[in-house]
Amino acid sequence: MSGVSVSEARASYETVIGLEVHVELKTRSKIFCGCSTSFGAPPNTNVCPVCLGHPGTLPVLNEGAVELALRAALALNCRINQDCKFDRKNYFYPDLPKGYQISQYDQPIGEDGYVEIEVGGERKRIGIVRVHLEEDAGKSMHAPDGSHTLVDYNRTGVPLIEIVSKPDIRSPEEARLYLEAIKSIMEYCDVSDCRMEEGSLRCDANISLRPFGQREFGQKTELKNMNSFRNVQRALEYEAERQTAVLSAGGVVEQETRRFDEATQTTVSMRSKEEAHDYRYFPEPDLVRLHISDEWLERVRGSLPELPLAKRDRYVAELGLPPYDAGVLTADRGVAEYFEAVVACGADPKTASNWVMGDVLASLKATGERIQACPVSPANLAGLMKQVEAGRISIKQARDVFKIMWDTGKDAETVIREQGMEQISDEGMLAAIVDEVIANNPKSVEDYRSGKTKALAALVGQTMKATKGKANPAVVNKLILERIGSPDSGASGGGPADA
Amino acid sequence: MSVHTVKEIVASLRRGEAKPSEWAARILECIRRADGRVGAFLHVDEEGALARAKSLDGQPVEGTLFGVPYALKDNICTAGLRTTAASRILENYVPPYSATVADKLASAGAVLVGKTNMDEFAMGSSTENSAFQPTRNPYDLERVPGGSSGGSAAAVAAGMVPFALGSDTGGSIRQPAAFCGVVGLKPTYGRVSRYGLIAFASSLDQIGPFTRTVEDAALVLEAISGFDPHDSTSVDEPVERFADGLDTGVRGLRVGVVTDIQEEGLHPGVKQAVEQAIAVLQGAGAEVVEVSLPHSRYAVATYYLIAPAEASSNLARYDGVRYGRRADADTLLEMYERTRSEGFGMEVKRRIIIGTYALSSGYYDAYYRRAQQMRTLIRQDFDRAFERCDVIALPTAPTPAFKLGEQLDDPLQMYLNDMYTIPANLAGIPGISVPCGLVEGLPVGVQILGRAFDEQTVLRAAHAYEQLRGFEMPVPALEGSA
Ligand SMILES: [Zn+2]
Repeated sequence: MSGVSVSEARASYETVIGLEVHVELKTRSKIFCGCSTSFGAPPNTNVCPVCLGHPGTLPVLNEGAVELALRAALALNCRINQDCKFDRKNYFYPDLPKGYQISQYDQPIGEDGYVEIEVGGERKRIGIVRVHLEEDAGKSMHAPDGSHTLVDYNRTGVPLIEIVSKPDIRSPEEARLYLEAIKSIMEYCDVSDCRMEEGSLRCDANISLRPFGQREFGQKTELKNMNSFRNVQRALEYEAERQTAVLSAGGVVEQETRRFDEATQTTVSMRSKEEAHDYRYFPEPDLVRLHISDEWLERVRGSLPELPLAKRDRYVAELGLPPYDAGVLTADRGVAEYFEAVVACGADPKTASNWVMGDVLASLKATGERIQACPVSPANLAGLMKQVEAGRISIKQARDVFKIMWDTGKDAETVIREQGMEQISDEGMLAAIVDEVIANNPKSVEDYRSGKTKALAALVGQTMKATKGKANPAVVNKLILERIGSPDSGASGGGPADA
Repeated sequence: MSVHTVKEIVASLRRGEAKPSEWAARILECIRRADGRVGAFLHVDEEGALARAKSLDGQPVEGTLFGVPYALKDNICTAGLRTTAASRILENYVPPYSATVADKLASAGAVLVGKTNMDEFAMGSSTENSAFQPTRNPYDLERVPGGSSGGSAAAVAAGMVPFALGSDTGGSIRQPAAFCGVVGLKPTYGRVSRYGLIAFASSLDQIGPFTRTVEDAALVLEAISGFDPHDSTSVDEPVERFADGLDTGVRGLRVGVVTDIQEEGLHPGVKQAVEQAIAVLQGAGAEVVEVSLPHSRYAVATYYLIAPAEASSNLARYDGVRYGRRADADTLLEMYERTRSEGFGMEVKRRIIIGTYALSSGYYDAYYRRAQQMRTLIRQDFDRAFERCDVIALPTAPTPAFKLGEQLDDPLQMYLNDMYTIPANLAGIPGISVPCGLVEGLPVGVQILGRAFDEQTVLRAAHAYEQLRGFEMPVPALEGSA
C-alpha cells in the first residue's frame, strides 16, 4: 500500500479487488469472418454481412484467434480445456449487431492460472479464475446534444480474451502491478498490442472491503470506464475511500456498477443490482465444439517465449545485473530483446544496461518511437561502447556520438571520424602541448608545488582547451605530473571518467 | 394446366425440343394464371428469370438442373432480390449476399423465378402466419397448404414450378408436402449448408427440396448438398449421386414400424393410408420390423422449448438499427419496442417470449437444459431403432389439410401437426414425405426416416413405394371459392 492519505478508518479494513481484463488479440482477420482487424480505418469499412449480423449469416471460427488465446492462457499458467464450446450472451445494444455476443460461458479455454507480481520486493501470486475467448462489439458515438448515436462496426468481431482474476488483489497499487504484469506477458507472447488508449486492453474492477481478520467478503461494487493503468489505481483508491466512509458511518455498501469519471476523479453510480442483465447464456448452435488436439497444445506450449519474470531472474543470476536494472529491461519484450542483442555483440552487460536504460530509453521517450524502430541498432550501440572501452573517445564524447548516431543512423566509427572526435592518447603528440602549457602558466605550477593541488586541474583544463577537448585526460594528467613533480604521489588516475 | 418434372424438362432441353428461355416463359405464364388463386409467391422475378434463362439458351446442357426453373422459400437470401421471411420487419430487406444453396443451384444451371410465401420466420404449420398473404391448398382452396413452407409446397403442387426449396425445423417441408400431395425431403442436419437461410432454430433448421417425384428430390438434393466453409455445422460427407441406384428395390430392406406411436389425434384415414403404404413395401420384399421410440411422445414439448429458445436469440438482430424496419422513436428503448412490436406477428412474439423465458436465469435448468437432455434420449431412441431396421415408416401429419382459420386460435392444436415430424429434427436424421393417397379428396403422406447421412436408403425406399403404389397424384384443378 502506498501509505499516502490512509485514514485511520481505512487502516481497519482490508481491500479486496478482482479484475476483469479484456485483451484484443492480434489476429489479422476477425474471429468469425474474414474482415480486417486494422485499427483506425474509416468507420464501417472493415465490415461484411457476417459481422454486421445480416439475416442468414453464420460465424466461422478463426483458428488464429484460438491459437493466440491458447498462448495467452498457457502464459498465465492456466489449465487448458481441450474440449470446450462457445455460448451466446444475449443483450440488446446498437453496437452488438446480432443481439448477442459469442463468448464462452461455462467452458472457457483456460482455467485456474496465476500471475506473479512483485510488491515491495516480495513476489506475490494473483490467481486467474479463467481465460475465455469472445468477440468484441462495435463502438457507439453519441452526439453531444443527445440527438443521435452513430455506430462504427469495424471493431465488431475483433477477437478478445477476457482474463478474470481471483479476488487476490489487496490494494489499488497491486491492481496496477497486476495489470502491468498482464500487459507485459501478453506483449511477450505476441498475443496483443495491449494499447489501452486504442482500447486493445480494457479493465473492469470489483472491489469490496472487510474488517481485517474476517473471512467473508464484503459487498462489492463493479467499476468501469477506466482508460489507463493510472486511472484504474485512482478509481480503486477513490472507491476504497468511499466504501470506508460508508462502512465507518455504519452504512451498507450497495451492490452496483459504478463508472469512473476522469474529470472529477471519482466514481459515479451507473446501475444497481436490480437493473443487472440476465444474459440468458446458452450454447452457440452455429458453431461446433472446439477441440484442441494434444499436438496443437504441445506445439503452442513449445513456442512460448521466456516470460518477463523468468527473464528478469536470469538477468540477475547470469548477467549479474542489479534487480532494478533487470526489472526495467524486461518490462517490455522489445527492450529486453534489444538489450540481449547488444550483449550478444560482446558488450559488457552492466554497461549495456546503463546505455539502454539511459540514453536509449530516454531518446525513445522523447521521440515517441517504439524500440523496434530504434535508429541505433544493437550492433552499433555495442560498437560505440567498444570505442569508449578502447579509449578512443571519452564517455562524454560517446553520448554526443550517440545523439548523432540516433539522428543519422551511422555507426560510431564513422561518426567519430567525420566529427574528428578521436581522443589523442599519443604521448609524443601531447608532450609538446603540455610543455607549452607549463611554460605559459608559471603561476599554476607555483600554486601546485606549494600544495594547492587544485591547480593541477587548471593545467589539465588548459591542455584540453589547446587540443579542443580531444586529448585523453588521463594521459595529460600523467604527462603534467611527470613534469612538475607530485606533492603527494598517486593524485593522478581515474579512468575516462569526467575530465 | 400440365405439370412437368425436373427430369422431363432437362430431357426436353437435351433433345433440343425447347430452350431454357421457353421453359422460363412457360413457367412464368403458369404462375400468372394460377397464383392469383393460390398465393404461393411473395414475389416473382420475371425479368431476372427471363434474362438468366436467355443467357443459358444455346449453351450445352450440362448439369442435372440445367435450365430448370425453380422457386425459393422467402427465408433463403438472394443477393439483390428482396427476402422477407414473410415478416413486416424485413418487408424491404434486400440481402447483400446469396445463400449457398442459391449459388449452388445457379451453378447447376437452375433458373430462379421467385420467392415463396411462408409462415413468418418459418414459425407455423399453415402459412397463415405470413405477414403478407395466406397461401391456399391447390387441392382445396379453402384449406391451408401446411407450413411453414406452404408457398413452396403449393407452387410445386399446382405445377407452377417443377421444384422449390423450403426449410424444415420441425416438419416445415414434410408436413406441407403431405398436405399438398408432393414429395418433400428434409436432409440430415449438416448435409445442406444453412448459410443464407434466415435462422429460426439453428440446431434444427435444414433446407430441402419439394418435387413431384422422389427421383427429382434426389437430383435436387445432390445439387445442394456438401460441406460449406461458411457453415461450420455443415458436414464434410461425400455427396452421393442420389438418383443413381434408386431402382435397386427394397428386397430385404428392414422397414421399422413404431409400436408406441402416439395415435391420439391421428385421423383414421391417414392411419389406413400409411398402413397400406407399408404393405406395399412389404409386398415388394421389404421386411417389416417393430421398433420403439419411447421418448417421441415428449418431442413436441421438447421442441417447443429448444426452438423458441434459439429463435429468441436468433431474432434479436431485428432491432431496427442496421437494416429492415425501424420505427420512429425518441429513445433507444422505445425504438426497440416499437420496431419489434410493429414488425413481428403474434406467433413470432409468442415464441420469442417462450424462448426468452426458457433461457432466463432460474428457469434454464428446468426448461432448456431438460429439453436438451430429452433431445439426447430421443436421439438414442433412433440409434437403437436403427440397429433393428434401415428405415422407419410413419405418417407425416396426423390429419389431411385443415381449413384456413380453423386452428389459428388454438396454438397447441396447431403445434400437434408436427408430432410425427419433429423427432427427426431433434435427432438430426433425414426424412421424406411421399404422397400415399387421398383422404376425403385431400392428399396425405407417408413419412420415411433413415439414419443420419443415409438419404440414399430413404430415397430408395420412397422411390420403390412411389413406383409401386398404384396411383398417380391427380393434378389439382384449382377450383374453389377464392
Ligand atoms: Zn466481417
